Amino acid sequence: MPVVMDGSRIERTLRRIAHEILERNRDLSDMALVGIRTRGVVIAERLAAVLKEAGSVTMPVGSLDITLYRDDYMRTPVGPQPVVRSTDIRFSVEGRRLLLVDDVLYTGRTIRAALDAIIDYGRPRSIQLIVLVDRGHRELPIKADYVGKNLPTSQEQSVQVRLTEIDGLDEVQLEEGA
Amino acid sequence: MSGPTPVTALSGRHLLGISDLTPREITLVLDTADAMREVGERQIKKVPALRGRTIVNLFFEPSTRTRTSFEIAEKRLSADTLNLAVSTSSVVKGETLLDTVSNIEAMQPDMLVVRHASSGACEQLARHCRSRIVNAGDGLHEHPTQALLDAYTIRQHKGRLDGLQVAIVGDLLHSRVLRSNLLLLRKMGATVRVAAPRPLVPVGIEAMGAIPCRTIEEALEGADVVMMLRIQLERMQNNFFPSLREYFTLFGLTSERLALAKPDAIVMHPGPMNRGVEIASDVADGPRAVILEQVANGVAVRMAVLYLLGGSDE
Repeated sequence: MPVVMDGSRIERTLRRIAHEILERNRDLSDMALVGIRTRGVVIAERLAAVLKEAGSVTMPVGSLDITLYRDDYMRTPVGPQPVVRSTDIRFSVEGRRLLLVDDVLYTGRTIRAALDAIIDYGRPRSIQLIVLVDRGHRELPIKADYVGKNLPTSQEQSVQVRLTEIDGLDEVQLEEGA
Repeated sequence: MSGPTPVTALSGRHLLGISDLTPREITLVLDTADAMREVGERQIKKVPALRGRTIVNLFFEPSTRTRTSFEIAEKRLSADTLNLAVSTSSVVKGETLLDTVSNIEAMQPDMLVVRHASSGACEQLARHCRSRIVNAGDGLHEHPTQALLDAYTIRQHKGRLDGLQVAIVGDLLHSRVLRSNLLLLRKMGATVRVAAPRPLVPVGIEAMGAIPCRTIEEALEGADVVMMLRIQLERMQNNFFPSLREYFTLFGLTSERLALAKPDAIVMHPGPMNRGVEIASDVADGPRAVILEQVANGVAVRMAVLYLLGGSDE
């Protein structure tokens, strides 16, 4: 199965995204990163570290679990339900500019759920979307502001993002058979 | 070192009792309740997980705490809820339980939360109903969500359930809370000692895994958790002890007796409390009592149960 991004490519990509964030948002003082569990949180933490290294302010990082906001819960046959994990956002989202982070952008339904979830915590001034991989096949009108890699895929393929903190290595792999 | 794969779903369609749950399913409920508790701490205490689901709360016995707790849990998950109290239902006109529930089912609810004075009423309904049934207390049989919220509260304070010494004292004979707690705590590896006046000790309590003690002092010695049970005067047809005053003298939890338990022991009570009968007021309101936390955790645990049972069965 082809590895489309290795560890160094992922690292370079996150540095590039961090610089794009700096270019686009001159003042980061009212910004915060919110990662979508599980790998979005790791990417958000890495971006926060790169942004700090680049001399900007320490950006708070929150983690968001969107399970209770999924729109497919009532539609799937009885079986393993999505495991609910806690959301952990220790700052007020009210009036903040948020950077929402996920590993893969596909149909857009996860992002829709994440937007619903965030708005239950307050009214952010704006939300920008960061994804490591955009694989296309959108079912909702959602577009990322920062994309690590645009990866054309078929719907039969799946994109596996592996990150050291969770999976023991960094790579993005394209697999046959969704 | 990896342990057994965590379960991500309950195997049954209903929650009729702790006896139906495996230790891993119990852990799943408690872990899910952690996430649900976070929802309760938000400014907007509502998520759309059960939007479009209809849940009927069928309470054939009086209840404030459990019914309110279920209703709040249902509303926090965005379910549509309906409360049916027996005093306003056709049961008072002589309709049978199955007929009542059949009529309610004709209105297409998805889940029924049932409290009934008869042991086994929920199991009977589960055999006949299309809806999922959650047992909210049936007779002297089980009260599974109470045991789950008790376990959640214990885990919150002690970090674990296995290896704990739990003392359960009070009206053991009439308590469905005892039965569910005993099943759960034993499954999860805790040791349970029980104490009550002899007539209030059910036959075969040892076979259920409890260690009977003659005195409250014996049960409390070195306990990590002290769980007091209400004296259920409304269920007592006979005189089980001479007077409430004597009961308190022999089996009431006082601060002096509590000193026999471990210094960090917690005091629990499923409520409603009879102050001065099974528990002294200074203990009930003292720093080691987690009685109101039990109530708060009840909402999170019931949200977890409803969520885990509430998926589509299309």
